[in-house]
Amino acid sequence: MDNESLKREVVALLRRNARMSDQEIADRLGSTAGTIAGLIQELERDGVLMGYTAIVNDQSDNGEVRAIIEVEVRPERDTGFDIVAERLAKFPEVQSVYLVSGRYDLRLEVAGHSLQEIASFVSGKLAPQDGVKSTATYFLLKKYKEAGVQFSKDEKHERLKIVP
Amino acid sequence: MSDSKSCRKSWVAQHIAELPRSGIRDFFELVNTMDDVISLGIGEPDFATPWHIRDAAIYALHSGYTCYTSNLGDLRLRKAICAYAKENFGVSYRPEQECIVTVGVSEGLDILLRAVLNPGDEVLYHEPCYVSYAPTIRMTHAVPVPVRTEAKNDFVVDVADLEAKVTPRTRVLLLNYPNNPTGAGLDWAAKESLAAFACRHDLLVISDEIYEEVNYAKRTPSLAGLPGMKDRTVLLNGMSKAFAMTGFRIGYACGPAAIIEAMMKVHQYSMLCASSIAQAAALEALQHGADERDAMCKEYMQRRNVMVKRLNDMGLTCFMPCGAFYAFPSIVSSGLDSTTFAKRLLQEKRVAVVPGPAFGASGEGHVRCAYATAMGDIERAMARIKEFLQELKSA
Repeated sequence: MDNESLKREVVALLRRNARMSDQEIADRLGSTAGTIAGLIQELERDGVLMGYTAIVNDQSDNGEVRAIIEVEVRPERDTGFDIVAERLAKFPEVQSVYLVSGRYDLRLEVAGHSLQEIASFVSGKLAPQDGVKSTATYFLLKKYKEAGVQFSKDEKHERLKIVP
Repeated sequence: MSDSKSCRKSWVAQHIAELPRSGIRDFFELVNTMDDVISLGIGEPDFATPWHIRDAAIYALHSGYTCYTSNLGDLRLRKAICAYAKENFGVSYRPEQECIVTVGVSEGLDILLRAVLNPGDEVLYHEPCYVSYAPTIRMTHAVPVPVRTEAKNDFVVDVADLEAKVTPRTRVLLLNYPNNPTGAGLDWAAKESLAAFACRHDLLVISDEIYEEVNYAKRTPSLAGLPGMKDRTVLLNGMSKAFAMTGFRIGYACGPAAIIEAMMKVHQYSMLCASSIAQAAALEALQHGADERDAMCKEYMQRRNVMVKRLNDMGLTCFMPCGAFYAFPSIVSSGLDSTTFAKRLLQEKRVAVVPGPAFGASGEGHVRCAYATAMGDIERAMARIKEFLQELKSA
């Protein structure tokens, strides 16, 4: 495998499990741990791998509230939506920012400790921003699947132990 | 003279009584008595059937598609099979006459052998091989003629060995590549020489290609696609391995119209048709299942890399399989025979592998390790086998 396809495979494996060791990645792809470590460093340096995070099933009352916020934005000449999007991305409450097609422009995911905290973020910081025309806030009630991982496991069916 | 009629000694037909029990059977019963076993003995995908395929089965139930289908199978499915065969195996078949849907490849092989063999006809096949071949041949009152394949030839059958066993009674050459249990595959040159052999002796070729899509080597067209071969080849395949649909029991056969027609007669009187619900699921799989099929194949390949490396590192020489999901390492270096190795490994380390002789006498000296098992289990099993070998050495 050439380096570029090896990198693609490494990224695909890390997307599935960011804790997979260099050695396991190497064994799976028929490479060496040293080569894989080098490739991962390159991918990090080149800004392809931006970070690693956990998928957490935190349905219990852990004092965190999350909301999806749709934001309608007045685009600016030359820079379009970028200036507003990047300004909003700087708020630590904002977990993700996407420019989307459809009837609004930016889709934010926001985390806070309470409904009030998120409400005051919206009314105090988000809505008054230059270029923000309107917002709509949706509080998340239950998580079924995140980052490709389904939270309710299928019922486990016992396989036969030996099959020809 | 006694009043009561004397009972026959046995109600079981002689040729069935003479069939040996599957070698796997005793081992299976032993495994079943134990807990905490990591099994590398499972010859089926560990993935659940992709959701869109299960959803298609649910929809079939929901919409009342619960009746008999044509004996040959739903025509939509046969059309999809022929389109799939053209795209993936490089052979064209007519869905109306040259394709039949069966209840897994197991039934496909059974009705095909019953359709083409006369009592006393001989069937050449290579060993080690899938456990049903010899018994299924015997049940048609024909004669199984096994030919050894060896690790030194990467378990590809040698035409010279076939030549040595061919007789005027030989009617069929039964091939299975990619192979269960060895993981061997055929390259283009091997296919050409097997095709030439079949033509030279005017044999029908049955090509069991159930693992064709679980293939890590460069794909070449099916044997049926070689010049002069389509009229003498029946291709068997199914949904079980490529699409993780073992429980749906859908297979298919493609071949010359006269043979398909004969198979249909047997199928019609014994099975009538395959499950309509499973056929609906199979249609969905063939039309929209390629991405998940390929993703599963890629995962098997990565597990193969890990398992084969571990086996070779611990001194169990293992040829790199080019298809299916089995490694077939030699266990000769352990000093044990295959059955003792498998039994002791199970009892001492709680790892189940299948002894090679379960797949024919030429499997002695090997065990089959399936990597259709989660990577974590593969790693744990490999660590336990390594311990087992170390303890053997120090004993």
